[in-house]
This record gives sequence, structure tokens and C-alpha cells, in this order.
Amino acid sequence: MNDTSTLKPGHIQGETGIWEMVIGLEIHAQISSKSKLFSGASASFGSEANRNVSLVDAAMPGMLPVINEFCVEQAVKTGLALNAKINNISVFDRKNYFYADLPQGYQISQFTKPIVGEGEIIVDLDDGEQTTIGIERLHLEQDAGKSLHDQHPTKSYIDLNRTGVALMEIVSKPDIRSPQEAGAYVKKIRSILRYIGACDGNMEEGSLRADCNVSVRKSGEEFGTRCEIKNLNSIRFIIQAIQSEAERQVDILEEGGTIDQETRLFDTSTGETRSMRSKEDAHDYRYFPDPDLLPLEFSESWVQDIKEKLPELPDSLKKRLIKDFGITSYDASILVEEKDYVDFYQQAANGRDGKLTANWMITELFGALKKDNLSFSESPITSENLGELISLISNGTISGKIAKEVFSEMMKSKKSPSEIVKEKGLEQVSDDSEILKLIDQVISDNQDKVNEYLSGKDKLFGFFVGQVMKLSQGKANPGVVNKLLKEKLK
Amino acid sequence: MTELLDLNLVEASKALKKKEISSLELTKAYLKSISDTSSLGAYIEIVEVKAISMAKESDKKLIDGIARPLEGIPIGIKDMFCTKNIKTTASSKILENFIPTYESTVTQNLWNDGAVILGKLSCDEFAMGSSNETAAKGNVINPWLKNKKMSPGGSSGGSAAAVAARSALAATGTDTGGSIRQPAAFCGITGLKPTYGRCSRWGIVAFSSSLDQAGPLTRTVSDAALMLNSMAGYDQKDSTSANLKMPDLMDYLDKGIKGKKIGIPKEYTQDGISEDIVKFYEKSIGWLRDEGAEIIPVSLPHTKYALPAYYIIAPAEASSNLARYDGVRYGVRQEASSLDEMYELTRANGFGDEVKRRIMIGTYVLSSGYYDAYYLKAQKVRRLIKEDFENVYKKVDYILTPSTPTTSFELGKKQDPLTMYLNDIFTVPASLAGLPGISLPVGLDKSGLPIGIQLIANSFDEAGLISTARVLEMSAGFNFIADGAAK
Repeated sequence: MNDTSTLKPGHIQGETGIWEMVIGLEIHAQISSKSKLFSGASASFGSEANRNVSLVDAAMPGMLPVINEFCVEQAVKTGLALNAKINNISVFDRKNYFYADLPQGYQISQFTKPIVGEGEIIVDLDDGEQTTIGIERLHLEQDAGKSLHDQHPTKSYIDLNRTGVALMEIVSKPDIRSPQEAGAYVKKIRSILRYIGACDGNMEEGSLRADCNVSVRKSGEEFGTRCEIKNLNSIRFIIQAIQSEAERQVDILEEGGTIDQETRLFDTSTGETRSMRSKEDAHDYRYFPDPDLLPLEFSESWVQDIKEKLPELPDSLKKRLIKDFGITSYDASILVEEKDYVDFYQQAANGRDGKLTANWMITELFGALKKDNLSFSESPITSENLGELISLISNGTISGKIAKEVFSEMMKSKKSPSEIVKEKGLEQVSDDSEILKLIDQVISDNQDKVNEYLSGKDKLFGFFVGQVMKLSQGKANPGVVNKLLKEKLK
Repeated sequence: MTELLDLNLVEASKALKKKEISSLELTKAYLKSISDTSSLGAYIEIVEVKAISMAKESDKKLIDGIARPLEGIPIGIKDMFCTKNIKTTASSKILENFIPTYESTVTQNLWNDGAVILGKLSCDEFAMGSSNETAAKGNVINPWLKNKKMSPGGSSGGSAAAVAARSALAATGTDTGGSIRQPAAFCGITGLKPTYGRCSRWGIVAFSSSLDQAGPLTRTVSDAALMLNSMAGYDQKDSTSANLKMPDLMDYLDKGIKGKKIGIPKEYTQDGISEDIVKFYEKSIGWLRDEGAEIIPVSLPHTKYALPAYYIIAPAEASSNLARYDGVRYGVRQEASSLDEMYELTRANGFGDEVKRRIMIGTYVLSSGYYDAYYLKAQKVRRLIKEDFENVYKKVDYILTPSTPTTSFELGKKQDPLTMYLNDIFTVPASLAGLPGISLPVGLDKSGLPIGIQLIANSFDEAGLISTARVLEMSAGFNFIADGAAK
């Protein structure tokens, strides 16, 4: 056997050699719109069942869809943020199939002429590397309703609140080569959507879901037969499902079998995928242009207006953070992941030591939030207070060590750092005469060590510094202590 | 009573405004004639109480001198229009218990202009048919040659029969491939299909969305003008509705046709047209020439492909439009042990044969592997047909054709579906091109059945269509009344 520990992510060691994964993602992003794609009903989450249903959503006889222009604008905005081609003419098609939570008997979607064409995004990987993933298309479509099968022993209940809610389906090219890349891709898409406000990216509430197309091949070979894993609603599940599906396929191929093109579901309890329907059972959706809707047409100048109003996007923001604040590429990637992070950082670091601020935010703040199981928006420490803490460190009011103590207090009490420093008398002592007093005491208490030092045991210098710091209860300015000790022990 | 029924819409409206008659007495006269002619089966729902109360309301407005354009005029509504709190079935069993909570835009426009509803009129099921024989509650009988039980045509058979039988002063219809014009021709009345987009489709049960268009069925061309004035209008709720103001059609009644060019397409005089129709077609050409029009032979070369293209596009859209009748939310449901079985039983029992036939054709032509050969090709043909008309309208102002290849036929003489589809051969091309067309009666054939002639105008030229039709109407002087009409 080969040593699997050197295997790259997305590679699977089989008996016959190394297999490579080929992955493409379809992300369904719910547009942050108050009303639905073709009706005025509310698109809000969490209402009582069947409260947000208009006559159009319930597909009453003679009801007609009318496009929600806000949603069109969000799709164009997203297309621009994905560096994609905007199609000034696009067409809505009907995707026909019967299901109890699909009142019209068809979903209005875009098939041959989507609103957004090809684009690409840069994805940051955990090892600090970057890769480019192609976007095939983005189209607008209606969400379906919800069937509830657990309310009654023999009946199903239907909730039409989601029916007709606006979704953007973002289809990637099969450019993704590992589960980790897939995760990073979803993260990046989510981040972009949040920056531009087109989708809240909330995967728990189902605002962002992904279907993953997975196949495997030997390096350099043609693409293998793919399976589609439906409706994954967390990045962790996406990574798990792809890995497990790819391993399943390798097992089959290694045993001389073939992959059946099919739709599969990921079972979160077993961590494995199982068949949902085979290709033979696949629907014939009978797509055709929806005659109730005219083609979507808009002018180049309208697109230009939207482009000009786009906020700064993660990639350019990252470059700017590196340049303006002198932070590392790695730190910048983390900070631009979420718009909230970067806003917080820029406020905290404004006019201060950018590197120090980034360290404190990423290591201390993120760490503390994770430990306390808090989301970023629940942070007890405001950007203003973190900035103040950085200032106190930079201007020598407190040492780094004391700062950690202040920080824990800030997490607990939500008080400002200067308040805490004042209350607890934690100001750093930098006054020469006060520090000299401490040094004198340490020297008189450790006369034997002083002699050893003077006779050449240089290593003891650290010991003296430590003793002085201890005596000052950590408040002495280490720089001043160092300087004065050196002079004293000459 | 007889005098009241003798008044056409425009005359009745004048008499109402002069307070020579009241809406209440007019409405009551029509309610009586509905009951007198009930054996024709035109109405499937009569709303007497509502009619009386609306008539009284209109009388108040007439007395107060704030009468609206159709104040106090009792009309019938094709059952394809959703009417609030009034059963709307599209003549289908699957909707036999359906009572909308909303009012279609077109009917709301009529009520806003003072019209009084008498009831809902039978039609072919989901407007699919040319004889009114596919209606779930049975066919309507044409008031002409009443004892022979002739077809009123379809799908707006109830509407045409009611107007011809004087059980409605006017009626609404919908026309997808000829469903207003063909029954108007069969029943000796005027039927106008406006330009696609002129009337809102909101609240009209959809058959084929790219073709469906509401229009009036009336006794005269001026009645049609007055009705359409109220029915038409831009509606934000219908994305295919045209944001264009229609001129007041009543201003165009007496414009004449001097110097206008009338196109006579050679493709509309093929074999299979009844001799009497050919005779009256030629007479009509002569009348228009006599009134100062220039007659120009034209060609619409793709006409022969119109019917096949229509019978692909309309069923394709219908197969999708009718998917919503699934027994889940409204309408009749057949209980079953599984969802699929419930769908199957509900739709098998709820739809009639013709509807099922078209759903199957539509499903087939949209299927993968057949889409390009059928649906896509039909769309290409549709474009060519549109271009045919565009080319001809560079040379002429209006096109004159027969409305139907034959006059009405006897009910129950079972025709195969294909022969039935041929009824629409002269009306379908204008439908595919979205153009306005009107059918008006110009004479009777040897057996005493009305003959209809069709005028087709360019897009949104309803005004010119009215002017021209009015000239033809005056020349033809058709003043026969059906033997089955209320006396």
C-alpha cells in the first residue's frame, strides 16, 4: 500500500491507483426580498403555516404571475459580483411536474436563457492557496412549498408559505476537485451574497442550500458518471457528503462496477448517501417558455447603474486590508470572509496598529466567542472597545499580558477596557524611579544570583526580569525593566 | 316585453338614459326570457337576486344622472370568467363546486361601468371545442332551426346562443382559436376578438395563455364597440396586457371605408367551403367595393400550416395550464390511498374526453425528444404566419374572409375530432398572429342558418375594424331573428 498520509485532499487511494474527484455545485440562494418572485405575498420565514399565500401562489384559476423587479435587480447584482456575463434578455420557462406542494403543477424557472451567464470567482483554501472556480450560470426560479408527512398517520399536510419565494440557482462548472474546495466555494459564494445583501446566507433556515454533483476519475481521464446529492444545508454536510459519495463510487469502480447516474440524499445520521431516484425515474419536465410572462429585458445602462452601486467585494477588500493595514494575506482572508468581520475590523483598527488589531480579533476574540459558543453578532466586545484595548497596549498603558486579563473581563462585563484598567489599577508602570525600587529589591533578595550573573552566567538575566515583573504584579513596563536592569547589572 | 327585447344594447342604453325604460324592467324582461328559452341550455348559473339588486342600483344612478357607459345593461358572462361569490366552472366537472373569491379584471371593468349580471353561460369544457358539446352539463342548442337542434358553435356557445335567443343583451366570450367568432357566425350575431393584450386575462380560466383573449358577443357592431370600450384596458396584473390606450370605439362607427384597401387572401377560398358561404363572401366583397374600398387580392402563404401549429401550441400550453386542477386545493377531489392515485382518479373523473385528448397531445409535444419536432417547429410556423400578415398589412388595411367553412351543424352527429378542428380553419391564423378579428352575420344559407363573415385588422386597430365592420353590417342589412329566440 502507498502511504495515504501524503494523499492530497480530493484524492482517494484505491487498489488500482489514485482517484480524483470532480465536483460541481448548484447553490440555491433565497433572495432577501420582502415579497415573492411573482406575487405580493410575504416571503418571511417562520410564519404560521399557509399565512403567506396569495391567490397566485395557490394557483387559483386565472391567476397570473407578475415579476418582482427587486428580485431581478438582486440577480443582476449577484451576477456582477460573480464577474459574470449579464444577459439583457432572458426568458422564464415552466418546469412541469406534479407534486402536492407545487400548486401550479409547474415551477417557473429559467432554462435555456438564464439572466446571468458564465463567470468566475476566486476561492481561498485553508492552506492559504487560491483557486478559481468557474460559474456556469445563474437563474431565477420559484421555490416550492413544504409537504409535512409527520402530522397525521395517513395524511400529508401542505404548507405553501415558501411557494413562490424567489431563489437564485447558481451553477458552478465542474471545476471543484475536493470536498474542502467545495466547502470553500460555498463559503465564498455566501460571503459575496451577504456583502451585496442579495441573500442572508442563512443555511439553518434554508436560505442557502446546495446540490452537489460528484464523480470520480483517474487523473487525466474523461469525467466519470456523476451522481447528484440533493439539498445539503450546511458546509460540514457538503464536505462529508462529497467525501462519502466519492468513496462509494471508488468502491464500486474498483470492484469493476459502473456508476448509475442518479439523484441521492445525504443521511446525516449515517454520514452516507442513499439513492433517491434513478435516471430512469427522472421526470421529463417538459420545459417551455412561460406564456404568462414576457422575456425579461433591461438596458445596459440599468446594469451599469447597479454595477456602480455595488459595495466593495471581498477580493478587492482583502487587497486593500493588506495594503492599508499591513496584515498578512491569511489574516485578511479570514477578516473578509464575512462583511460583519471586516466592518468590525476596520472600525477597531482605524488609526491603530492593524497587525495587532488583526491578531487580537482573530486569535483572542474569535477564540473567546467560540469558547463561549457565541455568534459574532453576539460579541460582548464592541469594535470600539477592542480598538481602545489596542490603543492601551500600543501607548504602553498596559502590557500584553495585562491586556489578556482586561480582555477576559471585557468578555464578562461588556465594560470598556479603560474602565476596567482604572477600576483594577492595572496601568502599566513605566516610571524609572518606581521600577528602580523594584529592581533594587530583587537585587538585594537575590545577591547570590547577581554574583553568578556577574561572573558570566548571562542566562540569569531573564530570571531578574521575571522577578521584577512578578513583584510589580505584571504592571511594570517590560521594556523599561529590561533597560534599567541592564544598566544596574553592568 | 317584446319591445324591450327588441332594443339592442346601444338602443337600450339610450332608452335607459332617457328614462324611457328602467334597468329593473329591462333586467326582468331578460330574466323572463332566460326562463322562456331555458331549453336551449345557454345558462349554467342564473343569479336573479344579484341581477335585480344591480339593476336597482343602476336605476338609482340613472335617476341621479350619474349613469356609467353600460348602466343597467343586463349581460351574460361566459363561465371562463371568474366571478366573485358566483360559481365558476369553466363548464368542467373538475370545477363544479368552485366559487371564486375574486372577480376577473374584464368582468370587474363591466360592473364598474354599470353592467348588470344575469348569470354564467355554458361553453365547451375549458373552452376546448367548436360545438359546445364538450360542456360537462351537456351541449347548448342553437336558437336557429330550433327543432333541428343545431350546434351554437364553440367554445363560447352559450354566449352566442344567449345573445341570439335574446336571453342576454350582450355576453362576454373568450377566443383562443375562434371561440368568439365561430359561435357568433353560427348564431347570426356579432363576435369580436380583440388584439392579444387588449383585454386583461387576469381572472379568466386559462386555456392557452399566448392565445386567449376576451371579447364581446353582441347583436350589432356598435354594441360590440360599446362593450369592448368597457372590457379593454391595461392591467398590471397581466404581464402580457398591452399598455396602450384604446380610443373610444363609438367615435369610429360612421367613419366609412372610402379609400381603404381590403385584402382578399386566396388561401381562404379553398375546397370544402359551402357554396352559400362563398356566395355571401363574394357579395360582401362587392358591398365593400360599392362603399368605396379598394379590393386587393393578397396571399398569406403559410395559412395551411396554421391549424396544425395551433393544435400543437394550444394543447401544449393547456397541458401545463390545467396541471393546477389536481384536487389538492380546490375543485372536486377523488379520495384515494396515495397522492398519485388521487391525481389519477381526480383528473380521470374530472376532465372530459376532449380536455384529456388535448392534455395528452400537449404533454406529448413538449416531451423531451419531441419538443423540437413539434412545439418548436409550431412556434416557427407561428412566426411565419405573423410575418405573412405583416407583409400583407403593408399593402392593405383590412382582410376579409369567411368566418367558417360551413354554417352550423346538427348536434350529436358525432364528428371525429379532426373534422371538428377544421371549423376553426379561418379563425386560427389571426389568433396565432394575435390580430383583432370580428365576425358578423351577412345572410342566411339555403337551410336558413346564419352566415358569418370575418374582418381581420392589424394589431390594435380595433377602431378601424369597427368602422369597416359597420359598413359591411349596413350593406348586409341582416335583420333576421332566430326562431328559437325569446318573443
